[in-house]
Amino acid sequence: MTRIDDKPRRKGDGTGRPDAVTVRGLVKHYGETKALDGVDLDVREGTVRGVLGPNGAGKTTLVRILSTLLVPDAGRATVAGFDVVRQPRRLRRVIGLTGQYASVDEKLSGRENLYLIGRLLDLSRRDARTRADELLERFSLTDAAKRPASTYSGGMRRRLDLAASMIGSPTVLFLDEPTTGLDPRTRNEVWNEVERMVGDGVTVLLTTQYMEEAEQLANELTVIDRGKVIANGGIEELKAKVGGRTLRIRPADPLELRPTAAALDEFGLTGPGGSTVDAATGTVLVPILSDEQLTAVVGGLTARGITLAGLSTELPSLDEVFLSLTGHRATGSAGPGDPDDPDGPRDTPAGRSYEEAAV
Amino acid sequence: MSAAVIESPAASGTDDAPRIGLRAHLRHISALARRNVLWIRQDPESMFDVVLMPIVFTLLFVFVFGGAIAGQGNQDEYVNYVVPGLMAMMGMNIAMGVGTGFNQDFQTGVMDRFRSLPISRASVLIAKIAVEIGRLLLATAILLSVGFLLGLSVSNVPGLLAAIGLALVFGSSIMWIFLTMGVVMKNAQAIQGMGFLVLMPLQFGSSIFSPPSTMPGWLRTFTDYNPLSSLADAARGLMNGGQPVAHDIMITLVWSVVITVAMAPVAIHKYRTKT
Ligand SMILES: Nc1ncnc2c1ncn2[C@@H]1O[C@H](COP(=O)(O)OP(=O)(O)OP(=O)(O)O)[C@@H](O)[C@H]1O
Ligand SMILES: [Mg+2]
Repeated sequence: MTRIDDKPRRKGDGTGRPDAVTVRGLVKHYGETKALDGVDLDVREGTVRGVLGPNGAGKTTLVRILSTLLVPDAGRATVAGFDVVRQPRRLRRVIGLTGQYASVDEKLSGRENLYLIGRLLDLSRRDARTRADELLERFSLTDAAKRPASTYSGGMRRRLDLAASMIGSPTVLFLDEPTTGLDPRTRNEVWNEVERMVGDGVTVLLTTQYMEEAEQLANELTVIDRGKVIANGGIEELKAKVGGRTLRIRPADPLELRPTAAALDEFGLTGPGGSTVDAATGTVLVPILSDEQLTAVVGGLTARGITLAGLSTELPSLDEVFLSLTGHRATGSAGPGDPDDPDGPRDTPAGRSYEEAAV
Repeated sequence: MSAAVIESPAASGTDDAPRIGLRAHLRHISALARRNVLWIRQDPESMFDVVLMPIVFTLLFVFVFGGAIAGQGNQDEYVNYVVPGLMAMMGMNIAMGVGTGFNQDFQTGVMDRFRSLPISRASVLIAKIAVEIGRLLLATAILLSVGFLLGLSVSNVPGLLAAIGLALVFGSSIMWIFLTMGVVMKNAQAIQGMGFLVLMPLQFGSSIFSPPSTMPGWLRTFTDYNPLSSLADAARGLMNGGQPVAHDIMITLVWSVVITVAMAPVAIHKYRTKT
């Protein structure tokens, strides 16, 4: 099937920019709150940049500036070569946005939602209809196409939202916490869709609160806290910094717990801190940096005649990532709905919180 | 597109794309207006105000107050007096609904999506107003039908059409005020509260329901300067003659233009910069 895809692609238009998104010294204050306090980051064309941060870190503010919904106080940002402040009209033509709060029209059907966006993106009536049906099919919404979106489940709404962002075949896609509030199965569905879009060559900037999501989708990661970048780099690089995965080993014989830990430390493969014994669960924990290490650890233990009853790997939580990067826990203060913040974000009134909870 | 980049630097001096052309603009407005019309199909109850308000108000004023105001047995005369007045009032009440409806739109992320699209940001507002003018027209039609059933007589049909047009023009200018409130104020209740506070004195302190000749001097001064009085008087004169209308039409149009010119840019600006 031919895709209605005559939108201008930035590739090969002669600007020769390898970066689809560049952000330099971006600042945005809300009164006393420094939502963004000098943020730098790049997203290379065709890659996925994850922006990881706790509540109130400034993720949404960043996405809103990059999608021209907000004007920064200072700094510069370009998307597909277009300046967010000086060339908003060109910029809007090449981006797709899936905001933190579902931006589907509840009273319209899935198809009408997509048709509307198609018309607003200057597709002809016929093309808008074809494109809507195509995307409904692709996001497995064909059966629900005629129902009002208010009857959709959280996952279906998210998928409709993603579909709406794809109508204009954007070259750069912004996803603000695409899976927050979704159950694991639905989260996987959304991940698959995002991966497919990336497969089509779309550049993605996605914000998340989950290390797992960042690892699943992102090539590179920026960790922000209170409006400041606290770490920046490839996923592997960062994982090395924060200790990567944790291997949890359960020896068959509980008496072997300490010998196991001792053996692991002898291998000397693991990060600083070495192994820890978790007597309560009868397991030994050890940070590992790569699959090779995992294999080596298992091989070494086997060679010493230690029988293993269980083996699992765990990703560090956002909290642990923060702890190892900054030495303090993610505060998550000043997030939306924070009781200490009566003038909190105006864009998260009760209606939206409800929305979020319902998703 | 890439050719256009080279050929047409925007007039503003930056190298942004040129402003949206008129035809594209109209297309966007009609797509957005269609959305508001589909809402009505999905939620027919949202038409209650348009259908019931004219019926209830007309019956109420003619039968409850008609006798008292116009004298026993003079309800027929009062119909001719109050229906043009209610035409003026209807525009105000529907305009208030514009503000609350628009405000609710902001409670979801839909507005963010619209604002991230390459459309003129005014088109979302204009589409809303276009649909509301349609609703106002329907309310006016119902009002007139009820009026005719109760004995309303119109001696000048082109005058009637002109009166309807005048009421629509004035009503749409008021919509810009409420649209601005819809963008700026926190929730629909606040808009409604504020709206009633402003509308009640404006509506009752006018010649809509009773001739100001019975009012105390200070109130008459207010009533004389109240644009609703001008609109109601103009509509009366246009429909049945008997009084000069040029001055009242003039006053109404001046108010409409001044309000629109003052408020539309504010509404668009507030919408554009809403965080
Ligand atoms: N419109 C606003 N008015 C005032 N303060 C705001 C506004 N929007 C955001 N803030 C504040 O700016 C800071 C950053 O907010 P932002 O929404 O960007 O965080 P976030 O990382 O997206 O958080 P979350 O994970 O909860 O969505 C917070 O302290 C927030 O309270
Ligand atoms: Mg956010």
